[in-house]
Amino acid sequence: MTTTLYTSDHEWLAIDGDVATVGITDYAQSQLGDVVFVELPKLGRILKKAEAAAVVESVKAASDVYAPVTGEVLETNPELASEPALVNSDAQGAAWFFKIRIADKSELGGLMDEAAYKAHTA
Amino acid sequence: MLSRDDQDSLKKTPLHALHVSLGGKMVPFAGYDMPVQYPAGVLKEHLHTRNAAGLFDVSHMGQLALRPKSGKVEDAARALERLVPQDIVAIAPGRQRYAQFTNADGGILDDLMVANFGDHLFLVVNAACKDQDEAHLRANLSGDCVIEQLSDRALIALQGPKAESALAKLCAEVSAMKFMDAGPHKVAGLACFVSRSGYTGEDGFEISVPAADAERLAKTLLDNPDVMPIGLGARDSLRLEAGLCLYGHDIDTVTTPVEAALEWSVQKSRRSGGARAGGFPGAENILAHFDHGAARRRVGLLAQGRAPVREGALLFADSTGGEPIGKVTSGGFGPSLNAPVAMGYVPTSLAALDTKIFAEVRGQFLPLTVAAMPFVKNTYKR
Repeated sequence: MTTTLYTSDHEWLAIDGDVATVGITDYAQSQLGDVVFVELPKLGRILKKAEAAAVVESVKAASDVYAPVTGEVLETNPELASEPALVNSDAQGAAWFFKIRIADKSELGGLMDEAAYKAHTA
Repeated sequence: MLSRDDQDSLKKTPLHALHVSLGGKMVPFAGYDMPVQYPAGVLKEHLHTRNAAGLFDVSHMGQLALRPKSGKVEDAARALERLVPQDIVAIAPGRQRYAQFTNADGGILDDLMVANFGDHLFLVVNAACKDQDEAHLRANLSGDCVIEQLSDRALIALQGPKAESALAKLCAEVSAMKFMDAGPHKVAGLACFVSRSGYTGEDGFEISVPAADAERLAKTLLDNPDVMPIGLGARDSLRLEAGLCLYGHDIDTVTTPVEAALEWSVQKSRRSGGARAGGFPGAENILAHFDHGAARRRVGLLAQGRAPVREGALLFADSTGGEPIGKVTSGGFGPSLNAPVAMGYVPTSLAALDTKIFAEVRGQFLPLTVAAMPFVKNTYKR
């Protein structure tokens, strides 16, 4: 049973036990435009909440993706290196960025559910 | 986000309402509210321009007429030669040439196009510099010329392999024009100035049209299925792939035309030993750079990886960092090349083709190769 939460910086997290799969929202990709490069964090890196964890580059500009919670990077999406445009076509599915082991579940308290995020981007 | 006041103070081109109706994403640029992209997006707009035809609103740029008080256009040309290192006298009627206004140190105040319209000169200058350029012309050329900013005209660029066929439907004469031909033409019955030039590396045209008729002309061109509206985002990626300088980024008040690798734009008549050598602001420094070389040079840079290297990235001679050797002045992703492209300044000793250097991007030193420009072969109709 997974729960999906959202940050005000337009990341999504699908939470399954103490592991969160992280990506950017469909709203974020629509604002960025055509994605041409994604830089992902190194495996094993301990990310702090709100720290720059990944970079997504469109033709126009580079944007940081922030760690929504503190924890260790367990896995990164190998598809994004060869097909960065996946971020545009399936931001909240196949184009996940990384998986992180949630160090402190209390950090989830400040995140939004889907309804709150929709209101945030309305 | 911009405050309401800032948005209100932004100027609008005569095509503003059309951009909004086409779904353009409007952003502030050089004091104007301009479309950075349309719903198709930068990538598709870029590729469409290379494959068919793109329509660009460049009405924010300055258009000026320089009319000789003597009635003889060569007097206006001679006068303008006091401000630019180009041979203006040699521009034949119906022809256009790329030029730069230089300052006393040999730096570049603005870059511009100068066309000979037979009885006067027609200038197109950058939006951000147009008021300063007009003041500069008035301060220096008022004795010889009447200077008029043509603020009642819009400017539309039509670029790409289908530009000729699209424009020829409205003005058959354009098919006979060659690259850098320029002059008055009736387009769809409207009193336009047409030049066969542009800022994409593609064949194409720039069409100066009375502001009141601009939307009608743009809509007529857009009715052609080959023609798509293109925003500033793709305009930038297209010109970058074409190796063309963006004023305020790749060239500015501290870069000379020689450092900027624009020697081709300074004719022999204005160089040492030429018929009218010197006589422009900064001639001493610029001619010294021609005669003895400059310490640094603008070069093209290609990355080995996929990560774009953007403006401001510092350049290094080796992968361990140390003292930077230069800086990237324009960089991004080239959609036609399907790879990152950049240009920047490096010491002349490291400016040879295939020289390996490094750019610092987010703490990593990425390998770059000095590469020939344009990155994408231009298709001008010569």
